[in-house]
Amino acid sequence: MPKQLMKGNEAIVKSAILAGCRGFYGYPITPASEITEAAAAWMPQVGGVFLQAESEVAAINMLYGAASAGVRCMTASSGPGISLMQEGISYMAGAELPCVIADITRGGPGLGNIASEQSDYHQVVKGGGHGNYRTLVLAPHSVQEMADLTALSFELADRYRNPVVLLADGFIGQMMEPVEFPQSATEPCLPRWAVAGTAESRGNAITSMHLDTDKLESHVRQLEAKYFIAEQREVRAEDWHTEGAEIVLVGYGIVARILKGVAAEARAAGLPVGVLRPITLYPFPALHFQRLAPRARVFLVVEMSNGQMLEDVRLALNGARPVEFLNRMGGNAPTHHEVLEAVRELARRHLPALPAEEEWIVHV
Amino acid sequence: MTTVHHRDAGQLRVDTNECKGCGLCIEACPPKVIRLEESLNPYGYRTATYMGAGCTGCGICFLVCPEPGAITVLRARRPGPAAASGPQVRP
Amino acid sequence: MSSEPEVSWEIARSKPASFYSTYERKDELQHATHYCPGCGHGIIHKMLAQAIDDLGIQDRTVLISPVGCSVFAYYYFDVGNVQAAHGRAPAVATAVKRSRPGSVVIAYQGDGDLSAIGSAEILHAANRGEALTVIFVNNAIYSMTGGQMAPTTLMGQTSTTSPQGRGAHEGYPLHVSELLATLEAPVYIERVGLGDNKQIAQAARAVRRALDNQVRGLGFSLVEILSPCPTIWKMTPVEAQHWVRDVMEGTFPLGVLRDRTQSAQSDAVPAPPPLLSAVPRILGIAKTGLPAEPSAVGAAPDLNLQVRMAGFGGQGVLLIGEVLAEAGLDAGLEVSWLPSYGPEMRSGTSNCHVRLARELIDSPLVAHPDVLVAMNEPSVRKFCAMVRAGGWILYNGETLPEDCDWKDVHVLARPFTRIAKDLGDARAANMVMLGALLEIAGNLPRTSIESALGRLVRNPRWLALDEAALASGRKLMREACAEANHAS
Repeated sequence: MPKQLMKGNEAIVKSAILAGCRGFYGYPITPASEITEAAAAWMPQVGGVFLQAESEVAAINMLYGAASAGVRCMTASSGPGISLMQEGISYMAGAELPCVIADITRGGPGLGNIASEQSDYHQVVKGGGHGNYRTLVLAPHSVQEMADLTALSFELADRYRNPVVLLADGFIGQMMEPVEFPQSATEPCLPRWAVAGTAESRGNAITSMHLDTDKLESHVRQLEAKYFIAEQREVRAEDWHTEGAEIVLVGYGIVARILKGVAAEARAAGLPVGVLRPITLYPFPALHFQRLAPRARVFLVVEMSNGQMLEDVRLALNGARPVEFLNRMGGNAPTHHEVLEAVRELARRHLPALPAEEEWIVHV
Repeated sequence: MTTVHHRDAGQLRVDTNECKGCGLCIEACPPKVIRLEESLNPYGYRTATYMGAGCTGCGICFLVCPEPGAITVLRARRPGPAAASGPQVRP
Repeated sequence: MSSEPEVSWEIARSKPASFYSTYERKDELQHATHYCPGCGHGIIHKMLAQAIDDLGIQDRTVLISPVGCSVFAYYYFDVGNVQAAHGRAPAVATAVKRSRPGSVVIAYQGDGDLSAIGSAEILHAANRGEALTVIFVNNAIYSMTGGQMAPTTLMGQTSTTSPQGRGAHEGYPLHVSELLATLEAPVYIERVGLGDNKQIAQAARAVRRALDNQVRGLGFSLVEILSPCPTIWKMTPVEAQHWVRDVMEGTFPLGVLRDRTQSAQSDAVPAPPPLLSAVPRILGIAKTGLPAEPSAVGAAPDLNLQVRMAGFGGQGVLLIGEVLAEAGLDAGLEVSWLPSYGPEMRSGTSNCHVRLARELIDSPLVAHPDVLVAMNEPSVRKFCAMVRAGGWILYNGETLPEDCDWKDVHVLARPFTRIAKDLGDARAANMVMLGALLEIAGNLPRTSIESALGRLVRNPRWLALDEAALASGRKLMREACAEANHAS
């Protein structure tokens, strides 16, 4: 039995440590607290630092310090905490400091509730802080991906010297699934730009400030160039039976799992349905959408938000195909039945020749 | 005569590029041997200047001066145990 | 010619080596600081640089620059430099120090930075006893932004945001050092001033001490320095200096507020980290530590099971779900387990979704369970309508509530809690119900279940009880099925 049953939140921490993460600074919040708890348990055992901060504001600024000192580091939070971290995320992007932030989303706005929503998309993918910057965003949809994409997040954070957000919903964080880890651990190393309190690093300075207008403009253009490279190289999406799909279901995280179930049922009944699952939310997999557009008749975006990713899908397709939308909010997940009904409706409206209804309507 | 000050225990040099003429050294100097120049430096400041005699080398002007490199205090090195004694004001 | 003795001159006081010779990070005027004539920052910078020189720690020093007039401190100090967000220097410094315990970390902050926006960060860094040196420059005003009121602005003092003079409605001058001195952890807190020669000399001694404390690994040290701002105060540098001594000191008395340097223990040297090769084992994910094969031999059973389990918090529905999922994994199946979470875990109802399947599981959400395990009435009412036609409701009660009697569903309603109590502990009711469920999922190998239970229930007494409870549940289900067959 090479796999272990594990919560997504716990898998993040173990994967992070294997990836060389040796600093965790966090503030508890449901449904992300298990990450902080797991870090408290494991980080000291591998010679890393765990610290429960006084607030999310402090936690992200501690990441600023740890990253400045050249340590792979991470934090975890949820919507309200991520809002508080936006200050530090902007500073880290400006100072070009790598870090990984796990956002296990919950319902909002305000205190909202602790059930799963996907309403952090805007504040995470579009950048909720001030200034011209982006964060790279990865969206796992299984516990295995919680582990795999955490490791990838650390690589990307270092490669682009930029914060990377692992955007997962409460379902993925809380659920247990079999997971498998690499059996070798990455050696923590010291980047040449870090300020480590050594003679070699004495000449280094970490700052996000460029007082001269031309210097700041040039700095921001350099950030843009970096993001442009990420847009060329780091896009990831899963095409699930999209070849020949005429109805393309679009969703990330837990929603993608629901969509796969619906698509499997619809396909079994002969309907040309596929699922396009963005894995990187920034950079957004726009080309994947454009590739499917000639064959697809309609895209159905399903989200547990008020249509935050929907905007990116529309931008990607730029009017080439109709984009329909189905959503649930408040911590409710769209049910298999609801999505299947929507697919049926779309099939009626958009597919010219339908199989006889009784052949593909499945009892639910 | 130009040699009188050689009897002094100390002397000071002011970097006129750095001094901003705040006058704190003048206020602080116990023997009152610093004054402001009449002329302006390239940045528009009347910089501090040593009057040329009477410096004890105490270093207080250096301590109160806000510009890191504006003042340098020199101390006379003479034979005997006195030469080893450090500044009168130790931070 | 002169009969004067030969005199040679040595440099007694000059720019400390811990300053850059020219300030290349500055955009212009790289020979001088950006500070106004007579500004206290320059004086404090020099003390700090001199102390770094004297202690021989230039290479190890990391200076955290704040937001405020000293935001550009990293232009000047030839040490490792990190510029922080407004008020956050203690948080940044905390992580630098903890990440690199060999470094000497200085958080340099003004009064707006430290006592207003960063009041939480300084309080908690001090309370944790972070081994930092904090230089707190108090000039009773926001200077960089043009003279707004600070928490340390004196009563009656005018500012651009207290134009009539600070009154009680604006609050009273915040005595940060006194506040921090109420905490247990700090080892050294002193307030000094730049009000005259004597005060300045004392300030320099305090700064050096605060730094030396860190070199000696003693803990949190803070020096508050009352510092002139001639420009915003609209005074000459000399007037401003006197105002520090004659006016500011009246509100902020100078002196040592905390000195535990004698009794403080040096920080222990951290243990070296474990070998990298040991990390998977430490994390409990080394494959060598896991069973190589499923305990049940042969192919995974042909099973596709979707279960919802619900009950009061504390009844153990999450645990039996986990046992079921673990057993499925052990049997070579794909599995998922999804709990309800949050306050529900502590009161009210708790429930989980469990799926076991031969194929990859699409959604872990179970909308239409094959089996509902309902450990109380609210749970059965909430979920009974979801159960798939032909599925099962296992209910902890004599009879299903009338309105829950779903016609296409099999029901096993028993007082499981009482049955468990008769077995030895009412808390094993969940396991009795799991036993009944396992009888339905008959082809899940017993070895897998035993192995899962053994992993999740470590206490031998409980393990024995749970095994008995499982057996009892199985028996109940067999008897119920036999009765039903007999009746039909």
